[in-house]
Amino acid sequence: MDLAKHWRIRHARYRLEGQRHRTTGEVRFPPAPLRPGEAHDSWEPYVLSGRGRVYSFSIVRQPPEGYDEQAPYLIALVRLEEGPLVTAQLTDCDLDQVTIDMPVEMVTRKLRALGPTGLIVYGYKFRPVV
Amino acid sequence: MRNVYIVGTGATPVGEHWDRSAASLAVEALAAALGDIPASRVGALYVASALNGSLEVQSQVGPMVATAAGISGIEAVSIEAGTASGGVALRQACLAVASGIVDLVAVVGVEKTTDVLDARRERALALAGDAEWEAIHGVTTTALWAMLMRRYMHNYGYGIEDFAPFPVNAHANGVANPNAMYRFAITADKVRSAPMVAEPLGLLDCSTAADGAAALLIASEGLARDVSAAPVRVAASAVATDTLALHSRHDPLWLSAVAHSTATALRAARMTHRDIQVLDVTDPHSITAALVLEAGGFAERGAAVALARDGAITPKGALPLATGGGCKARGDAVGANGIYQVVELVAQLRGQAGAAQVAGASVALAQCIGGIGATAATHILTME
Repeated sequence: MDLAKHWRIRHARYRLEGQRHRTTGEVRFPPAPLRPGEAHDSWEPYVLSGRGRVYSFSIVRQPPEGYDEQAPYLIALVRLEEGPLVTAQLTDCDLDQVTIDMPVEMVTRKLRALGPTGLIVYGYKFRPVV
Repeated sequence: MRNVYIVGTGATPVGEHWDRSAASLAVEALAAALGDIPASRVGALYVASALNGSLEVQSQVGPMVATAAGISGIEAVSIEAGTASGGVALRQACLAVASGIVDLVAVVGVEKTTDVLDARRERALALAGDAEWEAIHGVTTTALWAMLMRRYMHNYGYGIEDFAPFPVNAHANGVANPNAMYRFAITADKVRSAPMVAEPLGLLDCSTAADGAAALLIASEGLARDVSAAPVRVAASAVATDTLALHSRHDPLWLSAVAHSTATALRAARMTHRDIQVLDVTDPHSITAALVLEAGGFAERGAAVALARDGAITPKGALPLATGGGCKARGDAVGANGIYQVVELVAQLRGQAGAAQVAGASVALAQCIGGIGATAATHILTME
C-alpha cells in the first residue's frame, strides 16, 4: 500500500499549501525540506490562492499506466499568482479550449486510483476561471 | 591525472529484440568492443541502464553483465541517471582510469524496454521527472517536452512545421548507420501529417523506445597504444545537474545542466565551440535538440530552429548533429543512448561513418541528458 507517501503531503495536495520564507517573504510550492544550514523556522506553512495563468500545456495521448482511462487529458504548467510554477492537469474544459495565459483556478479532483483494493489519490487540478 | 582513451567500441542494432535478453545484448556489444583483447584484462565494468530496475528486468545489472561475460568477480556497478545513464557511466570509467587505479575499463549501456506494454514503459520513463509533483499528475516526459515546445513557439514565433528539419536530418543520417532502427528517409510533409502524441509533438517528432546495448573500452595512455591502432582521446568529461522537476526552474526554457556541463567540458579541453566539428545530443524531440544547442552555446536563444531550417545540422553544415540517426532514427535505447552516441562519434573520428561522414572530423562532442535535463553529461573526443 502507498498510504504514507500520499498522506504525508496531504496539505499540499488538498489545499495547495506551500511555504513562505519568514524573512524574505518568498513563497514556494511544493514545500521542500530544510536545507543544510537553514534555521528550523526559516519557512512557515502558507496556503496559496490557487489562482494563476497557463504558462504552457499539452494533451497526453499516450498515458502512463494508471492513467489509461483518463486519456486524452490536458496537462499544464500553471504560473501561480504568488510566483511558483506548478504541474497539474486541467479539468472542466475542452481539449481545444486552452490558450497560453488563460486564467485558471485550483480545484480538488481524483488524480488516480491505485487499483481495485488501493487508495484513490486526490489532489489539485486547475479549471478555467469563468 | 592520466590521459584517457577509447580503444574499442561495439553495439547491437537498436530494435525490438523479442528473442534476446538484456544480458545477451550486453555481452554482444562488449565482445565487439573487446575484439582481440581478452575479457580477463578488463579491470572494472560500469553498466548504464535507466529502466532495468523499474521495468523489473533485473537490478544489479553490473554483476549480471560481468557474469554473462565470464568475468564475474571483477568490480562491476550499475549506473542510473535516466537517459543520461550512458554518459554518467562513461564519466565514472574515465575517472577510474585517470586516477591510475585501473588501466582498462569496460562501459556497457544496455536497455530492454520491449518486454512490457507501452503504458508500463511510459510510467517508468516518467519517473525520471519528479514522482510526487509531476508524475502523479499523469504527465509524461514527452508531455513535458511538448509544453516546452509550445512555450518556445509562443515566445519566438515558430510554427510546428519549422521543427521538421531535425527528424528529417536524423532519418537521412540513420540510413548510413547499420545499427539504426529506422534506416529510411522521411520528408517534412510526412512529419507534418503525422498523428499527435502530445500536442504540439507529433509521432514523427518522437523517438521510439527500443532494446539495445552499446559498449566502450576505456584505457590509459600507455595501454591504448598497445591495444589500438586508432585510439580516440577523451579530452574532457563533465557532469552537471539541474532541478528534478521542470516547474522548479526559474526559466524552464533554459537547460542549466547542459550549459554548465558544456562549459566545463570545453574549458577542460581548452577549446571553444568553433573547435567542435560534429556533435550528438539527446534528441528524442526537435525541441530537446533545440534547447540543448541553445543552452550549450551552439546557438543563440530562439535561433536553434532557424539554424536547423538553414541546413546547419546536416553532415555538410556547420553544426552536424545526429549523424548516427539520433534518438529518432537510431532508436531510443534510453540509458544506453549515451554509449551509442560515443560509438557513432568514434566512427566519425575514424572516417568510418559512410554517407553521414563529416569530412575531416577530428573533434567531436557527445552529450546526453536525463529526463527533462536534470542530469547532463558531456564528453569531448579527439583523434590525435
